Amino acid sequence: MSQWKQTPSQTVGPYFAYGLTARQYNYPQTSIAEGAMAGEEVEGERIRVEGRVLDGDGAPIPDAMIEIWQADTRGRYAHPADPRGSNAGFTGFGRTGTGTDPKCRFVFDTIKPGAAAEGDAPHLNVIVFMRGLLTHVYTRIYFSDEADANAADPVLSAVPADRRNTLIADRDGNTYRLDIHMQGDNETVFFDV
Amino acid sequence: MADGNSITPRDWAAHPPLIHPDYKSTVKRGPTKPLVPIRHSLSELTGPVYGHESLAPLDNDLTKNGAKNGEALGERIVVTGRVLDELGRPQPNALIEIWQANAAGRYVHENDRHDAPLDPNFFGGGRAVTDAEGRYRFYTIKPGAYPWPNHANAWRPNHIHLSLFGPAFASRLVTQMYFPGDPLLALDPIFLGTPEGARNRLVSDFSLDVTEEGFALGYVFDIVLRGPRETPMEAGR
Repeated sequence: MSQWKQTPSQTVGPYFAYGLTARQYNYPQTSIAEGAMAGEEVEGERIRVEGRVLDGDGAPIPDAMIEIWQADTRGRYAHPADPRGSNAGFTGFGRTGTGTDPKCRFVFDTIKPGAAAEGDAPHLNVIVFMRGLLTHVYTRIYFSDEADANAADPVLSAVPADRRNTLIADRDGNTYRLDIHMQGDNETVFFDV
Repeated sequence: MADGNSITPRDWAAHPPLIHPDYKSTVKRGPTKPLVPIRHSLSELTGPVYGHESLAPLDNDLTKNGAKNGEALGERIVVTGRVLDELGRPQPNALIEIWQANAAGRYVHENDRHDAPLDPNFFGGGRAVTDAEGRYRFYTIKPGAYPWPNHANAWRPNHIHLSLFGPAFASRLVTQMYFPGDPLLALDPIFLGTPEGARNRLVSDFSLDVTEEGFALGYVFDIVLRGPRETPMEAGR
């Protein structure tokens, strides 16, 4: 039995912006990550991923923070556990708050990830934080124009069929849109990661 | 069977539930349906990598990094500790981001309307990266308590917000560090949302050893993250 037990999570609260997303909110501190994730040198198809985070009344949440973690265009993660290495200059990590957009959207400008393994569909790994969430929640964003890959994806296949649509962003030009529903009939699937 | 590709599960005996009605904002924001199990793949077992190159020289010194024309006001403190996994192994190169109220209990955040003064020489945000022994160190000002609208006469205990990246996306942690002996802890629905047996892990220890004579009181706060499971191979070493 381990004497080292997990430190409990606590809410990010209402005032994370100047600490975690300072540049986006115009506070005088640098940020380790932003919604703009891919510089010009990064290989891959440029996409925008945007959406709102909605509460149990269907109201857009203006103080949520979204983080995404993704593979590069060839499906490689920029991390030592992925021996394939990754795209120069692409960390694969983005972070943005919903408080600077007039419609309370999160907006990521990134590249479309490749599939990380055979049989997997391309996806973004997502963490949602906000005031009123004592423990952060994990979800994923898949892409509507990857129907065949999505049908074969083992994670998506393990989700009840009538809830899979909560994880699939609709493509419109180069923009993918998906709202995250914290509650309600269309509650987003959150994973026990 | 050896399984080097997994990480310990989230310990729900440690973490607060997604809906905790005493903390009112959880009622409309916490998911209501059961979390869907997921088999860990590279997506969960990798995560963003930050190291010492991510830091500027004053990032871990909040007493100085917001100074404009003088000293930050309040009680100077040192906050230090180790970041470990559940086997007690130090986690080097772990990025810790912190943010907090000033000594008067006011955040620089533009939405904070608490009628307490801002300190022109205190910003309240900082960063550190753990060393080879998993150790981090911040210099800051003890944050003040402040009122919030959750219920009548509600006050948050003194606390510092911390955000950590461990070895993987699955080990991500955002938490709050509290101070020993704070009478507001017993009244705070955010602190009390934590399962009882795990609450004391959120309270730092005062340490005379860490206290710097004539300068700053010392507090120790160790943080335990989810980590890779011990594999049979490692256990035999």
